[in-house]
Amino acid sequence: MPPNPCASCKTNRALILRPKDHSKLCKGCFIDVFEAEIHHTITANKLFYRGEKIAIGASGGKDSTVLASVLKTLNERYDYGVELILLSIDEGIKGYRDDSLETVKRNAQQYNMPLTILGYDELYGWTMDQVVEQVGKKGNCTYCGVFRRQALDRGAARLGVKHVVTGHNADDVAETVLMNLLRADLPRLSRTTSIVTSTPSASLDPNSHTNIKRSKPLKYAYEKEIVLYAHHKNLDYFSTECIYSPEAFRGSARALIKNLERIRPSAILDVVRSGEDMAKLVPGSDEGCGGACGNAVPAGEEEEGGCGSANGRTAGGDMANMEQHLAQNEAAAENGLEVEITSRHINDTHDSSVPLPAGKKGKKNKGPSSTQRKTTKQVMGQCKRCGYLSSQDICKACVLLEGLNKNRPKNKIEVGYEDGQETEKELNSVTNGLNKLHVEGG
Amino acid sequence: MSKTNDDGTIPITVEFSGGLEMLFSNERKLSLAIPAKDETGNGSNIAYLVRHLCDKVMKDPRKELFVLDGTVRPGILVLINEADWELEGEDKYEIQEGDNILFVSTLHGG
Ligand SMILES: [Zn+2]
Ligand SMILES: [Zn+2]
Repeated sequence: MPPNPCASCKTNRALILRPKDHSKLCKGCFIDVFEAEIHHTITANKLFYRGEKIAIGASGGKDSTVLASVLKTLNERYDYGVELILLSIDEGIKGYRDDSLETVKRNAQQYNMPLTILGYDELYGWTMDQVVEQVGKKGNCTYCGVFRRQALDRGAARLGVKHVVTGHNADDVAETVLMNLLRADLPRLSRTTSIVTSTPSASLDPNSHTNIKRSKPLKYAYEKEIVLYAHHKNLDYFSTECIYSPEAFRGSARALIKNLERIRPSAILDVVRSGEDMAKLVPGSDEGCGGACGNAVPAGEEEEGGCGSANGRTAGGDMANMEQHLAQNEAAAENGLEVEITSRHINDTHDSSVPLPAGKKGKKNKGPSSTQRKTTKQVMGQCKRCGYLSSQDICKACVLLEGLNKNRPKNKIEVGYEDGQETEKELNSVTNGLNKLHVEGG
Repeated sequence: MSKTNDDGTIPITVEFSGGLEMLFSNERKLSLAIPAKDETGNGSNIAYLVRHLCDKVMKDPRKELFVLDGTVRPGILVLINEADWELEGEDKYEIQEGDNILFVSTLHGG
């Protein structure tokens, strides 16, 4: 018997120490249990239905490569009867995507899946290189992230696919939970913990990109295990860092997550579960209503923050910004009433009455009109320019595009949409390539 | 006990992946001969190897992307002959002749 026998088969040498429960497994048993857990996530949450066409948002990176590999395996093993395709976005950064797109092309052959690659230039009229030329290297990750989210939805709509799966893992979710908790943004916290981000059918056009369902089958998978799975299965993936944000991890919430994991590996899933539990307490949350009523902001507005990764980690320095922000709220924090104040605020300003129990089906088909919010932040609507689901009159992508097209450098996402209204005509002309919709959200 | 070369070094293989190779001149696999004993005369362990890599091998100035607070940066996995270093004593593991030490970053995107 080897010095470190596998806890499952008791014969082979253990090579993996699972972060979630400290169990020691051999390579074969680890691969089996990793796949079995993803299968459980898919079936328990009813993510797929037979005959469904599913686009895998593929970057060539570890997460989406593992996702594609596992989904292919499970689809064959358990006969899901789903059709899997790969969808890649080319941001238009010279040299940056060359290798990763080559990886995706190889993956397409390895997994025998059709592949579509769409460029930012096709979708927005701007490559990231052109964006950087205009706004400089600082802050351009915002553009990249905001554009990317919509890009997958638009790409899927073009292909007639209604479901996009992404490689977001437990570390990604834990990171967004922490960030939204620190921001005291409970509605957003509830949306980002949701395994399915169902976008309401606000549009009459069935092929509109607002009707795309998003899900994260790897939501409960540790990044560590994803990397180990890729390693032990010898998967062909590509690693890179965004050449425009070399400092991306310094002082980030991501770094905090990794430090927590080093001290107590179960911390990551604990944070994810806590986020879900807190989400249930949020009035009008996804958990409560199946995503139809509280989903005022498209999840992508906060999910995909940077371009260093397909999974939109937060950019560096965000923890420092947070500390600054928290220092300003110190008084509120000191009397220990912060949470109560926040939840009362939510109850006062929104008409949703009770946090519904864990049921996830709820008022699934309710349109946004039935859930109009009184505050700007919570108003469900569509971008008046491009039709994308947005909490503002003009979605972030269109605001950013407006800034770009007005030749106004260093535009931030906080820019008010009043500006957008003033330049409606101008925007119309620049968003011509987009699938415009003028359905009022309210 | 590890067998040492005549010059007091032991041959090992060190690999980098997951993006870490970018810090090591894009070398994914190195054949190294490291001193069998560390500065204090004890058998060289992973902690020593990491210092050795930083001082002697790594040309990239961004050491903090590999080492933080004196140990391998959180988010970088270490596999000793394919086994998670946590199963082998982490940085206290005493390196043996012919060992394969793999450093994999989980921090890089795609
Ligand atoms: Zn086993
Ligand atoms: Zn828009």
